[in-house]
Amino acid sequence: MVRELDACQIEETVRELCIRACRELPCDIEQRMKEAAGEEDWDSARSILELLLENARVAREHAVPICQDTGMAVVFCEIGQDVHISGSFEEAVLRGVRRGYTEGYLRKSVVADPLRRKNTGDNTPPVIHLRLVPGDRVRLTVAPKGAGSENMSRMTMLTPAQGMEGVRQFVMETVRLAGANPCPPMILGIGIGGNFERAPEMAKEALLDPLDTWNPDPFYAELEKEWLRQINETGIGPQGLGGRTTCLGLHIHQEATHIACLPVAVNVGCHVTRHATAVL
Amino acid sequence: MREITTPLDRETILSLHAGEHVLLSGVIYTARDAAHLRMMDCIRQGQELPFQLSGQVIYYAGPSPTPPGAVVGSIGPTTSMRMDAMTPALLERGLAGMIGKGGRSEEVCRCMQENPSVYFVAVGGAAALGAQCVKHLEVIAWDDLGPESVKKLEVEKLPLIVAVDAYGADAFQEGQNAYLRQRGEMKK
Repeated sequence: MVRELDACQIEETVRELCIRACRELPCDIEQRMKEAAGEEDWDSARSILELLLENARVAREHAVPICQDTGMAVVFCEIGQDVHISGSFEEAVLRGVRRGYTEGYLRKSVVADPLRRKNTGDNTPPVIHLRLVPGDRVRLTVAPKGAGSENMSRMTMLTPAQGMEGVRQFVMETVRLAGANPCPPMILGIGIGGNFERAPEMAKEALLDPLDTWNPDPFYAELEKEWLRQINETGIGPQGLGGRTTCLGLHIHQEATHIACLPVAVNVGCHVTRHATAVL
Repeated sequence: MREITTPLDRETILSLHAGEHVLLSGVIYTARDAAHLRMMDCIRQGQELPFQLSGQVIYYAGPSPTPPGAVVGSIGPTTSMRMDAMTPALLERGLAGMIGKGGRSEEVCRCMQENPSVYFVAVGGAAALGAQCVKHLEVIAWDDLGPESVKKLEVEKLPLIVAVDAYGADAFQEGQNAYLRQRGEMKK
């Protein structure tokens, strides 16, 4: 049985998700930030974390964006293979983003061309990731990403011999180079394996993982815990002004790769690593 | 907490030290990537800039759109280092202060000593709170740039931290070192 879904529903949902994501800090990030404020042993760092929590509260209550950089809209779509969408799916997502950013008073931060740089005026186009999955549902996640943190993200092709230590060094170097720029405390998504285009995709996807979970593979879960501990010993701290809380969470996504390859991508997220999800 | 007002005079600039928390009031101007590029064009072509630089403060910010009944949308700092290459030309023409987030290049820090000026940071991402300090907003140049247009803001008690002072001291390095020293002592 094929389920019919009108593209208008996609448009409405994307519109609503854009607005919600920009105004409401995900609960797991807020919770982690509260814990971090409690654990923070440096006064100025703790006061910055408390200010960020207060900011998130004000944004939610006054229905305004948490951060003025409401990002480029990244839309992850999982389409059940038993769904038929009537109307243009891509157009519907585009219209949803346009309406969300316009009607929600979100910032229009997209230029039509990377070199001629004219603002499109409605924050379109979004970046769309599509996946076909079993079932008759459509799952949509809007994850607006600001440029302060996106600009600090990095990718490299290591050799297999560089192994785990090579990956660790690349992650630590990325954190050091990012320093105060990506609005720490940061959240890191790390993609290991796949190939040149897959590693950065996995890194972005890893940013969506809840902060109170670890990688289901205990080997990678251990790496996540150890690297997170090391990053929080750098002293960078909130806003780079010193302190314990440099990174709120770190997730690795790993995948099969070529015998000659060890691709690694680190997507740096800020303390407002937003995302909102709905299932249709 | 110490309160300062714009325009910044030499005495005020020289009295500010890295790591110090201040509340800033008065008129400031937003300008970020695209507006800086256009200001550089103005300078090259000998045209006037949208505002007089002397004693003034630039906020590297592009606020979100103003909802009905509000003065401004959310507003917070953008990453300052993208403006580094274009900053010395403005400091040499009298710019007294900058507000942003993140570190600055060695060249900017050196130029800030030669032309006494201050680099402040606002807490990045705390933009819903930032909006509460803005009492008036007016687009004064390059409206076509949208969020990147030059806006004249009147702010009241905007909370800032002196990140680089006119003596070359840097609150990032000092803050991180102080924290690590303290932690080292705690471990003993």
